[in-house]
Amino acid sequence: MCLGIPGKVVEIVDVNQHRAIADVDGVRREINVGLVLGDAGGLEVGEWVLIHVGFAMSKIDEEEAERTLSFIKELGSVYDDEIDEFRQETPL
Amino acid sequence: MRFVDEYRDPAAARRAVEEIGIVSGGEHRKFMEVCGGHTHTIYKHGIENVLPENVELVHGPGCPVCVIPMGRVDDAINLAEQPGVIFTSFGDMMRVPGSTSNLLEAKARGADVRMVYSPLDALRIAQANPDRQVVFFAIGFETTAPSTAITLLKAKEAGVTNFSVFCNHVTIVPPIKAILESPDLRLDGFIGPGHVSTVIGNRPYRFLPAQYGKPLVTAGFEPLDILQAILMLVRQLRDGRCEVENQYTRAVRDEGNVRALQILGQVFELRPHFEWRGLGFISHSGLKLSEAFADWDAELRFQVPGVRVADPKACQCGEVLKGVIKPWECKVFGTACTPETPIGTCMVSSEGACAAYYNYGRFTREAAASARIPVRSA
Ligand code: SF4
Repeated sequence: MCLGIPGKVVEIVDVNQHRAIADVDGVRREINVGLVLGDAGGLEVGEWVLIHVGFAMSKIDEEEAERTLSFIKELGSVYDDEIDEFRQETPL
Repeated sequence: MRFVDEYRDPAAARRAVEEIGIVSGGEHRKFMEVCGGHTHTIYKHGIENVLPENVELVHGPGCPVCVIPMGRVDDAINLAEQPGVIFTSFGDMMRVPGSTSNLLEAKARGADVRMVYSPLDALRIAQANPDRQVVFFAIGFETTAPSTAITLLKAKEAGVTNFSVFCNHVTIVPPIKAILESPDLRLDGFIGPGHVSTVIGNRPYRFLPAQYGKPLVTAGFEPLDILQAILMLVRQLRDGRCEVENQYTRAVRDEGNVRALQILGQVFELRPHFEWRGLGFISHSGLKLSEAFADWDAELRFQVPGVRVADPKACQCGEVLKGVIKPWECKVFGTACTPETPIGTCMVSSEGACAAYYNYGRFTREAAASARIPVRSA
């Protein structure tokens, strides 16, 4: 659970509330981007971030995103667990 | 070096391994990888088997699930079983054994325990269930703590009063100090955690060269990252340097995530001490909610037993977490203690050294033996 998983920002829902939609390997969900908005250049649709428990932790470039994703996929069950959790609906 | 062929860039990996051999000059070097994510990569990719025999890796305390002591799991179960409570937790914690049961069993007994992906999901559950008390079981190092902090800021801002946090966040630097101060282990340097360092940066590690004369290199998670970090460490030792270096510049900046650090300071304060499974009490190693967030502190809102429970006798997780023994040297490893029926925490999380070794290590050792690659004996 300490690993971040790379996702692509596909929509900024509400900049003031730090809400955005990220796509992780085809699965989309809302994430919080408050921790990376202050980075140089802010955050734009199409950029890549490392996501951990629903929060963008740092911006990364596309090449790094691809490398990290393919590496996590190789870990098998770790990837399956991450993506299952990412996909999971909140049990309200 | 058959395993190297499976790495992303086999040629670069082979070069790194050769360089490590040349630069280390046959001298015995023992490095600790602090982070459970690294431990996982090391076993999965058989890194120990491709390294020259004189370079040894030992696994450190950096798995947030593994370090939660039994008494805290008992407290979590107690909270989950209080009337009207919805208890929310990351999936990883569900099977961690307390003294008599785990959260999954509490759920089976009728407690309302729900698995969440993010602390924000726990807050949403609270908003959707205003007549219930929703408690979030917060665990993790500095990677995870900012997420809890932001969630608390949001709870306060939105005036969500039926939400609280059972805080078990820990910090990475104090256990490293504790390990250096324990006489059991002689280390030559550290491989620093990757994603934790995206938050704290590299500066908090400067005490290592300054006070203990040990180098640290922050590394990414791929096999090649780890090999490069080891190469950077042996180069420092050869050149008589002792520094904090960053191999993982792709994601880690020296100053860390300034915003995250500021939020952490706002929401949390250091506990005088916190108990770690197998390591005992470590000063200033745990976080609790600051005065301003006391209203959201589950330990103040509810009666929590807070009873300290000794680790099971058979369990040697403490020695594993300190790198004193390898997982397979624990007497119950793979027999009484397996991922299906874990006795110790190191067997529960996929980042725990015992689980990682159970899942991969045996195979790489066997494969290495059959390919006549020299493998260090345990
Ligand atoms: S084998 Fe089980 S009890 Fe022994 S150190 Fe590993 S997790 Fe702990």
